[in-house]
Amino acid sequence: MTQNKETTMEGVFFLTGKDFTNAGAASCELKSILEKMEVEHSAIRRAAIAAFEAEMNIIIYTPAGMMKYSITPDHVKVVFQDMGHGIEDIELAMTEGYSTAPDYIREMGFGSGMGLPNIKKNTDEMKISSMPGAGTTLEFIIKLRQEKDNENL
Amino acid sequence: MSLTLAEIKVILNANVITSKFDANIVIERAYSADLMSDVLSFSLTDSLLITGLVDKTVVRTAQVSNIKAIVFARGKVPSKDTVALADEKNIPLMITNYSKYESCGRLYEKGLRNSHDAK
Repeated sequence: MTQNKETTMEGVFFLTGKDFTNAGAASCELKSILEKMEVEHSAIRRAAIAAFEAEMNIIIYTPAGMMKYSITPDHVKVVFQDMGHGIEDIELAMTEGYSTAPDYIREMGFGSGMGLPNIKKNTDEMKISSMPGAGTTLEFIIKLRQEKDNENL
Repeated sequence: MSLTLAEIKVILNANVITSKFDANIVIERAYSADLMSDVLSFSLTDSLLITGLVDKTVVRTAQVSNIKAIVFARGKVPSKDTVALADEKNIPLMITNYSKYESCGRLYEKGLRNSHDAK
């Protein structure tokens, strides 16, 4: 975790596939960091929920991945890269209710096909790129209010 | 209509299983689901969660969703790890022997409403 000129906070979490004991812990930690930085409450909740969904996807579907975040006064940006088998049809994966999760994942309350749509719903920008066999990169941005700037408009 | 955790405990005849439990916490809405993605998608902040799942991920889902407290329905008992995590994150846990349906019904009857705006 590094902080430049007290304006940008960056860090990375490494995620292990099928590690359900720690599943979601990185997103909870990100939430704590955002709270300490006194980011606005609604942005914290949206970032934490989107990160949690993406983190769960890596835990459920891939052998390993990482979650990199950077927090500036303007935005929260989180990038997820994984070593999974990739998503063949991203448009299909974005459909609410579409899921390839096995039953034991559904029994844990996940894999209902709401993850990617929920990430999109909670973020201001979302990009996803994937190649079968070469993993998936998902990036999202949550814009933060610029109250001081707005006052000058 | 809001209820305190103390009132909810009585209405559901529930047992508190976390060592941290502020009976005066006020709950203004509740949400019930076993799908954690539904909780993440639809619950509103500061809700009570009534669920049949007892995994650690329920506590983490609650943490990121700003859920104030969790009730486990149908007498399901979470692991010690789950309880310890909830204590660490300051999320009170209760167990009721009522089913999810009956738990929701009893709380609704006492005026506690949905945290999901279905309109």
